[in-house]
Order: sequence, then C-alpha cells, then structure tokens
Amino acid sequence: MTESHTPRDPATPRAPLSADRAESIFTDYKPALTRDQAITEANRCLFCTDAPCVQACPTHIDIPQFIRKIATGNDEGSARTIFSSNILGMTCARVCPVEVLCVGDCVYNDKGEPPIQIGKLQRYATDLAFEKGTQFFEAGPDTGKSVGLVGAGPASLAAAHRLRRLGHRVTIYEKRRVVGGLNTTGVAPHKLRADASLEEVDWVLAIGGIDVRTGVSIGTDLSFEELEKRHDAVFVGAGLGADTLLDAPGSQLANIEGAVAWIERMKLEKLDVSGFQHCVVVGGGNTALDVVREARTLGIPKVTLLYRGHEAGMSGYEHEWESAKVQGVGAAWRLQPIGFEADVGAGKSVAGVKCVRLDETKKAIPGTEHVVPCDLVLLAIGQSTLGSLLASLPGVALEKGRVVTDEQGRTGRRGLFAGGDCRNGGKEVVNAVAEGDTAALAIDAYLKGNSHG
Amino acid sequence: MVEPSNGTKKNVSPSLVSNTGGIVSPNPFWLASAPPANSGGQVQRAFDAGWGGAVWKTLGQPIQNVSSRFGGMHAKGVRGVGFNNIELITDRPLETNFREIYDTKKKYPKHAVIVSLMVETREEWKDIIKRSIDTGADGLELNFGCPHGMCERGMGSAVGQEPKVNQEITSWAVEYSSIPVLVKLTPNVSDIRPHGMAAKRGGAHGVSLINTIKSIIGVDIDSFAIEPRVQNLGTNGGYCGQAVRPIALHMCASLAREEGFGLPISGIGGVCNWRDAVEFILLGSSSVQVCTEVMLRGYRIVEDMNEGLTQYMRDHGFATIDEMVGKAVPNYSEWGDLDLNYETIAKIDPDKCIGCNLCMTACHDGAHQCIHPASTKPGWDGKSRVPVVDESECVGCNLCQIVCPVSGCITMEEVPNGFAPATWNQHVETGAQLRPKKGAH
Repeated sequence: MTESHTPRDPATPRAPLSADRAESIFTDYKPALTRDQAITEANRCLFCTDAPCVQACPTHIDIPQFIRKIATGNDEGSARTIFSSNILGMTCARVCPVEVLCVGDCVYNDKGEPPIQIGKLQRYATDLAFEKGTQFFEAGPDTGKSVGLVGAGPASLAAAHRLRRLGHRVTIYEKRRVVGGLNTTGVAPHKLRADASLEEVDWVLAIGGIDVRTGVSIGTDLSFEELEKRHDAVFVGAGLGADTLLDAPGSQLANIEGAVAWIERMKLEKLDVSGFQHCVVVGGGNTALDVVREARTLGIPKVTLLYRGHEAGMSGYEHEWESAKVQGVGAAWRLQPIGFEADVGAGKSVAGVKCVRLDETKKAIPGTEHVVPCDLVLLAIGQSTLGSLLASLPGVALEKGRVVTDEQGRTGRRGLFAGGDCRNGGKEVVNAVAEGDTAALAIDAYLKGNSHG
Repeated sequence: MVEPSNGTKKNVSPSLVSNTGGIVSPNPFWLASAPPANSGGQVQRAFDAGWGGAVWKTLGQPIQNVSSRFGGMHAKGVRGVGFNNIELITDRPLETNFREIYDTKKKYPKHAVIVSLMVETREEWKDIIKRSIDTGADGLELNFGCPHGMCERGMGSAVGQEPKVNQEITSWAVEYSSIPVLVKLTPNVSDIRPHGMAAKRGGAHGVSLINTIKSIIGVDIDSFAIEPRVQNLGTNGGYCGQAVRPIALHMCASLAREEGFGLPISGIGGVCNWRDAVEFILLGSSSVQVCTEVMLRGYRIVEDMNEGLTQYMRDHGFATIDEMVGKAVPNYSEWGDLDLNYETIAKIDPDKCIGCNLCMTACHDGAHQCIHPASTKPGWDGKSRVPVVDESECVGCNLCQIVCPVSGCITMEEVPNGFAPATWNQHVETGAQLRPKKGAH
C-alpha cells in the first residue's frame, strides 16, 4: 500500500464501450417469454407458503408474490417486489444458476412436473420495468453520514443503492474505467452483454447521490487510511484479483492467458481469434465452462476442456457442461499440465500443453507424460484474492485471502465492512448482491449507533 | 394501502379509502363473513397483511358443524375454480367472539370490523345488536343469505327470499343499531331487485351481495356420494369462488342501476384479484368482500390487490374509490336498446395464428359456418393453416375469439355498413330500418 498524505484521487471519466467488441456477436441463448407465455407460466405457480424457491434465493426475493403479480397483470408491482429484495434483479434473472437455486427447489420437481421457470419470469418482469424506465425507489432523507465503497461490482452497487434508500451519502471507488464489475467484464455474453450491464448500472445510479469515481485504485491512488478518514464507514466489495497462472516451464510463451483476463478482453475489446485452431482451457469450474463455450462461439474450431479430475468431479454446473458439449467442446480428464511446448518456428508461441495423467487420488502416474497440441491456452484455475489490500489493517482478519466478516459483513475493524467475492472467495452475482445488501443494513445500524460496527 | 417503506419511491398515490354506507376502511378489500374471519387472531393477521376490513363470521346461537364441510370444483387441471360449503355460522361462544372483536378494534382502530348477525326473534336481534355495538364494531351485516342449514330453521336465505320478512327484520336492526347496517342478500332468487328494495325500505344503510348459491358441487361417480360427503350422505351447499363472479356482477349491477335504490353496495362473489375488484367497483360496489381466494391462497393475496388497484387508478386518473364507483353502470343496457345495425367481423392475424383451427371448428359446429380451412383460399400455398373468415357471412359473435388460444390473434373489428343506428325498441316503435341479417341462411 502506498502511503499518501495528500491524497491524489485522480478520478478519470468512465470509458465508453467500444462498438466492435468481440462479445457483440453473442445473442441470448434463452429467448424471452412472450406475454402469453409469461401469464400461462405464472398461473402454474402454486403460490407456496414459506416457499423453497425463496429460501434458495440468496436475496430472498418473494418469488410467489412477484409471479402472482405477473398473473394478474400487475407488472410494475411484480418488478417492485423483485427489486425491493434484489436491485440487480435484471442481471440475476439472466445469470443466476436457477437450476441449482430457485428453480431447482421448486416443489413441482417433487411432483414430477416441470418446475416454474422463475428466471424467465423474473426477466419478463424486470425487462418490462427497464423498457418503461420505471424507477421504484428514491433516496431517503439525508443522514449526513457518508460511506465509501471499494469496487463498482454487484456487491458495492447493491450496498450503495440500499445505503442511498436509507439516506446515507455514498461514494464508490473503482480502479477500472468501466463500472459494473464482473457483470460488465466477466459474465458470459450469451447471458448478459456489457452494454446491458452498464444500462443496469445507470438504472441503479438513477436513485441519485451515488458518486462513482472511476480510475481510482485504493491502496495506490488513495490510501486506505485516507479512505477511512473521508467516510464514516467503508465497504469493501473489491472482488477477486488476477487469474492464477501455472508456474511451469514454458509459461511465459505467447497465447497462454488467464481465462478471466481473456474474457474481459472479449467483452470489452475487439479480439481476433481467427488464427487459432485449437484452444485448451485448463480447469473444471464455471469460468472454465464459460470460456470453452465462448471460444467455440467466437469460431475457434477445436476447443478442449482439460481437467485434473473426472467429469462428475467438476465444480462447474452440470447444465453448463451439457450445453458446452452440445457446442462441440471436447474434454480431456485426469490430466495435470506440467509445462508448455513452444512452436517449432519462432519458438515464442505455445504449441502444446505437456501433461501427465493422474490416478484416482490425483497422483501423477509415472510414464504417462504427453503433449496435447494446441495454439491457445486459457487458464481457468482460480483467481488470486485481494486480501493483501487489507492485510496491513489492524483488526482485519483474512482466511485463505478472503476477508473474514460476521454474517452481517462486519470485519473486526470498526466501521469496515466487506461483501461479495472478496469475502466469499468467488460465488454468484446473486450472492454478491445479498452480501452487499446485508452489509448496507449493518452499516446503517452502525451509523445510527445501534451496532459496534 | 401499500405504505411506502423507507426509500420506496413515493409517487402521488390515489387514495384507496373506501366508504360503504358510512363504514370507512383504509382500502376496499374486506374479508367476507366466512372461515377466514372466524377469530381475532385471523382477522388481525389479515389486517397486518393489508386487508382494509373484515366482516366477522356470522354470530348467532353457536351451532354444531359437520365433518366434512367443503367441496371444490376442479376444471381442466385447475383446482378450486368453484367451491362450496355446508358450514354454518360461528360455532364459538358469543362471549369469545365479542371479546375478540373488541380487542381487534382496539388494536386496529382504522380498520373496518363489521359484525355479521343471524338470530330469530326480535328480542334476540335487539340483544345481539346491543352486544355487537358494545365491541366498538363499525357496522353490522344481517346475514339473510346463507342457503343451507340455517334457512331450514327460518333464518338466512329464508329471510332473504321473503321481501316482507327482510324488510321487517332490517327495520328492527336499524331501530336498535347506532352503527351502519348492511343487509347481505341471497342470490337464490329470480330477481334480486325486490330484495334490495326491501332492505332499503327497512332502512338499511347498504347491501352486501351475493351470498352463496345453492349447489351440489359434485357426485362421486364410484360411490354415488354427494360431495362434500358426511359419511355417505351429502347435502346442498353454498357455491362460490371465481366461477360465480358473472352472476354476482349481474346482481350487483342490477341493483346499482335500479331506479330508487341508491344504497351503497359491498360486492361479493368470486373476487380473486384486483381486476375482479375493479369490475365490482365499476358496477357499483364501494367495497368488495373476499372469502374463497383467501381460503385457497391466504391473506397475502391482498398485497397484489392493493398494489394493482393503486396502479389501475393511477393509470386511469382516479384519485379516489368514490370516483370509480359505478362508472360502468350506465353502459349496462336493456337488450332492446342495443344497436342492431352495429356490425363487427372477425379478423385473424396470420402472423400470430398457430394453426390449431379451433376457431374453425367452433364456428362450424357452434356458430354460423363462416370460418373455412386455409386450403379454401384461392392461391393456397399448400402449407398455411391460417383459416379464412368469410366476412360476408360472419355475424361477429365472438366465439372464434373466445376459443382462440393466442391473445390478440383474432380481433373483432367494427365495419361501417352505412345503416343508421337502430335498436329493437326503435324498430318496433318507429319502424327504424334494420340492416340485412347475416348468417341466417
């Protein structure tokens, strides 16, 4: 961390999106519901009490109630119900893994009938609200208190919006020149493109009074101490750091890249992949499953998922992997990359991943070393944590790089709160929203003197 | 009312405050006198959920109920589109009810609590009315409607079916009551109007309608039992639920437009959501009462009702409920005053049509044989399944539109035919010229 007595805070304007972003060729993989379809589906909902879908939702949206409102034509009320619990309900309708959350817990599953398409219904209601530009909330009466938020991703946006509703002044510090965090730079574009994410950010900011300072890196441009001096409370929703890379021979070769960094380039920049014939994606999580599909959609003829475990052992969602297979993605199981081979010409670019086969206990089997030829390697094996940002602050505990907080998002340091990926190690957008919202309520209690903070 | 919570956008909201014959409630949604309004705990939870009023389950000499009591009519996969019951009035001690009404009014002074009553003799009416008023209740509702169990004992619909008895008991109640008196009418009559007028002559401050309709909800075709069954017997019960709404709307409107009536109406019968409530209000109701949908889905349905009604009022420029009441009543006309020269025909949107041909079958078998297969169209491409409407024969009956599963696919469009408007009454009285009939071949 840089010590800074006279804070620089050189905020630079938000950067516009480029028109020829690689992601712009992606279209919605699930079509929106028509009004007829939405009403038919809404009328199927049983309006359960203490509904399992609500319990499964980290933001606890009153799902039966918003669905009933679609059925009666109370579209605006439906959206209000959603946004009251989850201000990023438009994004979540698209990116939530509903199969393992609300839809997965719909009671119809137990009846052997198709579960209610909750995600699609939520999209129906929130899209209508966005089309009309309806604003449901306004800032509360000014409390005179000020909160600084680090990062402009889902956790901070949710926290900032809730804090404004409660009347606190809010400043978001974002090191990038684009806002929205992973919603803008990371979400698979067949679910949500960057332009839609930015539209949603503007919609959230429309409550007014949220000062967004882009291009300001906390710890570099502005010290943490200065941040704490400026504000009555601080929320850290800084997300995760850079991709974890493999420390193996040849790892410096060209065309070996971290998956998250590559996805960000695809979403924000023109990205030419026309020369690549075979992309190997290393990993078995959801980032790996996103990136294999993206590489295929962009036109790379052969894409292989290379994973240390077996198919059923992947942490990525089964439904995502099934879709990847439909797109022609191949797989190589139980392989551990141990190095990278250079191409025979200039010797500067990668030409293959050197692997060894693993046994059931993930131990290398001697004599199984071989090379998987390829010309692009994307590493989706995890991201570093940003815990170091807070490591030197007295009272802040870290665990495996994650910021330790209580259930309300309170760290051990007075007035410092955290939520989102930097706290949970990397979960869904909806978890970040829930943690940001919860922390905002804790911050409110702290600022009103009802809590130790 | 949905009170704006902290930070919720405060649009200028229409007022949902409702006044039915002097009974004021924060919104027009009341629980009907029925199982959901059986006890203080229930009514208070309902108020917390957003209900504006409650008509307490009818008080009288506590009765003994049977087991079972309810029957559902399930139609094409949807459970409970119709519903009936053979439950009677309260089976709880009167003292308990009065104490709970008192407690409820104490805790919820702005909500409307109406006590439903059903006893026999003048002395009993006098006594129970006095005790009801002592609870602090906002109004009374005389149950002249129950069509089972009580009518055989000379109460309920037995009173509601006899205008003279209705008028007499109403006049007793009005004499003894210092708070507004509503008379709850039975639909088990051929014409509701004399019964509403009887209540008016008796001095009622308003009427509630409809009570339930005499019914048999179903027969078990294997055991031959009548549902709901008590051992292997069943009896006629009171029919309600969304399926009865058209009957209730008609009776509500009949009274609303009856010359010389003019009493406030609390509309009842198949209200499930805010749209249904709007229909009742437009046809003359100042408040609406709900039972069946609450029994099927709980008090929480009122959140959408309050919100949807507020949005509707905002969209239509209504600032108060009073402005809405009866807005559609002038559009309820006698058949003889309908314009026989007004003409509509069906148009099928080929882009929306999914080719099910339901309209064609309906028209051929159930109407005027003017929708024909796509293949009859000159130049048919051999593929299209969009049926063809013979506009020269279409009588504009709506059947095709009703049966069409795609909303907006079939529209009924007005066609100018050059004939001046002419009703049957004008035709009879003045010989007004009628257009040639269509579809009468």
